[in-house]
Amino acid sequence: MNHPVQAAKFLEDKSNAKWHDETLWFVRDKRDLSSKSIPEWEKLRELASGIKDNVLSNLDSYLVEFEKNATKNGIKIHWAKDAEEHNQIVLSILEEKDCKAIVKSKSILTEECHLNLYLEENGVEVVDTDLGERIVQFLNQPPSHIVLPAIHLKKEHISEIFHEKLQTEKGNNDPYYLTQAARKHLREKFLAAKVAITGVNFGVAETGEFVVCTNEGNADMGVHLADTHIACMGIEKLIPKREHLGVFLRLLARSATGQSITNYNSHFRSPSEGKEIHIILLDNGRTKQLGREKFRNSLKCIRCGACMNTCPIYRRSGGYSYGSVVPGPIGSILSPGIDLKKHSTLPFASTLCGSCSDVCPVKINIHEQLYEWRQEITKAQSSINAKSIAMKIANGIFSTPFAYKISGQIMRGSLKILPESVTYSNLNTWGKERDLPELPKQSFKDWYKNKGNE
Amino acid sequence: MSINKKVGLFIPCYVDQFYPNVAISTLELLQKLGCNVSYPMNQTCCGQPMANAGYERDTVATTQHFLDTFESFDYIVCPSGSCVHHVRDHAPCIEGKETFQKDIQHKVYELTEFITDILKITDIKGTYPHRVGFHSSCHGQRGLRLASSSELNQPVFNKAKQLLAKFEGLEWVELSRKDECCGFGGTFAVTEEALSVQMGKDRLQDHISKDAEIIIGGDMSCIMHLSGIASRNKQAIKFKHIAEVLNEAII
Repeated sequence: MNHPVQAAKFLEDKSNAKWHDETLWFVRDKRDLSSKSIPEWEKLRELASGIKDNVLSNLDSYLVEFEKNATKNGIKIHWAKDAEEHNQIVLSILEEKDCKAIVKSKSILTEECHLNLYLEENGVEVVDTDLGERIVQFLNQPPSHIVLPAIHLKKEHISEIFHEKLQTEKGNNDPYYLTQAARKHLREKFLAAKVAITGVNFGVAETGEFVVCTNEGNADMGVHLADTHIACMGIEKLIPKREHLGVFLRLLARSATGQSITNYNSHFRSPSEGKEIHIILLDNGRTKQLGREKFRNSLKCIRCGACMNTCPIYRRSGGYSYGSVVPGPIGSILSPGIDLKKHSTLPFASTLCGSCSDVCPVKINIHEQLYEWRQEITKAQSSINAKSIAMKIANGIFSTPFAYKISGQIMRGSLKILPESVTYSNLNTWGKERDLPELPKQSFKDWYKNKGNE
Repeated sequence: MSINKKVGLFIPCYVDQFYPNVAISTLELLQKLGCNVSYPMNQTCCGQPMANAGYERDTVATTQHFLDTFESFDYIVCPSGSCVHHVRDHAPCIEGKETFQKDIQHKVYELTEFITDILKITDIKGTYPHRVGFHSSCHGQRGLRLASSSELNQPVFNKAKQLLAKFEGLEWVELSRKDECCGFGGTFAVTEEALSVQMGKDRLQDHISKDAEIIIGGDMSCIMHLSGIASRNKQAIKFKHIAEVLNEAII
């Protein structure tokens, strides 16, 4: 995947790109208003960051504590080292229940494991019940945003999809009408499913319970109607105590959409009589990331998506331009840890403006990690490519004042004598849509010297 | 500040080559404010372009050279938030010279913060009868905290505005997106050319739609990018570095 190429393609449709930028900026704006309505906002971020640091430093013992307490509550805990193991565990539970159709509420972790594809290949029908996710599922697309999966689609487009898939009236773009159609369609799926899958927003080590946050109540609907609930959870999703939820739930919704709280924050503690709850705890590279000192705190992420909404690059290039399960700034520091080569352009898809770090509710230093990944990527790439030779020459020039002076004179000199057709040719990317500055007669250094200084 | 303190003028390489007037203005301004300023002739580049491109390890000699060049000064002042941010926060550690390097890093200041925080001048008298938009460079704003950032819940401040806003006749334009990046981003400007240009166009439009006559910036790199787009599209808006404005307007 090559981010610059995908971004340029996204920008070709200028009005769509502008709409995408403005739509996400609107969400960022709502987040600003909401976060500023709480005087203790920065204290909350500090606290959340500290709690997550503590979790990452003691992850082993919190996991054991969580397993012990959840088991005591009658929940069955499974451990998966990678996506494959995770998917096999899900399938084995479904086989045991003789279940051929499941409903699933939003879970980026199951996207990470490509669970849908795996289950479908094994003859299980998967229905995503989050409205946005259902829409992208109809298109066989992954979500383009972790909180707003179909944010890249306009209502006219959704109306067309629904007309084809749900036989809604052609050209009826009324959001209420379309939502009602989806609701009716999903209701049947909910009623038929014996197993429901959800993600996990927070696992509480102290009590062995977990919390799932949705705006549509679809996780609850699925879980309550099914006999078996499978909760898929990354090992980093733990918090030590229930009281810490007060910090995270206040930050999560405000950061994500500007709401003061997510509509449904459902606590699951133990299965009701005759029912089962399974939790699959997934590693899939997380312990590896935990071992990378410069990048470990990327695991503090609570998946609010605020860094995407604020990112001037994400807003103008769309989620798919990243080619990774988690797009945007946070994705650009998580994905290289999974596949450095495949995601090597992502840490460069940033101006290092730092907005992502300032917006992050758990204070992940995202832009600094982007900088650090750049250092890692250039090391991993062949040391004899053109760019790295240029850098070595540059270091030679800038550590030698005489060489710097001569090269500066040559640069200014040649820009003056080269015909415009060369300066602004396709070879010169700067000049495609930008003029160069007018060239001064002399550098500051020359001016200073001519004034009699040495 | 004692007038006897020695101030070393640190001029970014591309300002030296392309925008000598910004350097001259910085020098004259600091002299007008009573500083004993000189420009060490041996300076080159701080190494930022290489480091941000992922080659920090290849800037050790450049960093070493920077430290040697500026060693003898009490303060090092630079008209670029971005270069100062690099020298202070990103330059590679010179092994065996950690304390020496830290001491110098602590002496490096961006021009506006030097005026407001070290010289403690908050009220410069002057005239500048123009309607101006200010472009905060991200490295200056979020890297050096020269202004509050719109993402944070903190008291609003802006060191550049503090210096400019009291000029007679100056009209300060409030932007719709007050601190969005202009899209320059060093090598990003060419590796992600399409995005870079689009971000620049959007930033320009915010200023133009508010009838700004001049865009003032603290970093010529952003201004080079924005003015390059404006010039290509025959947009009449003008551009100045804050050093030029302060130096022109000051009485």
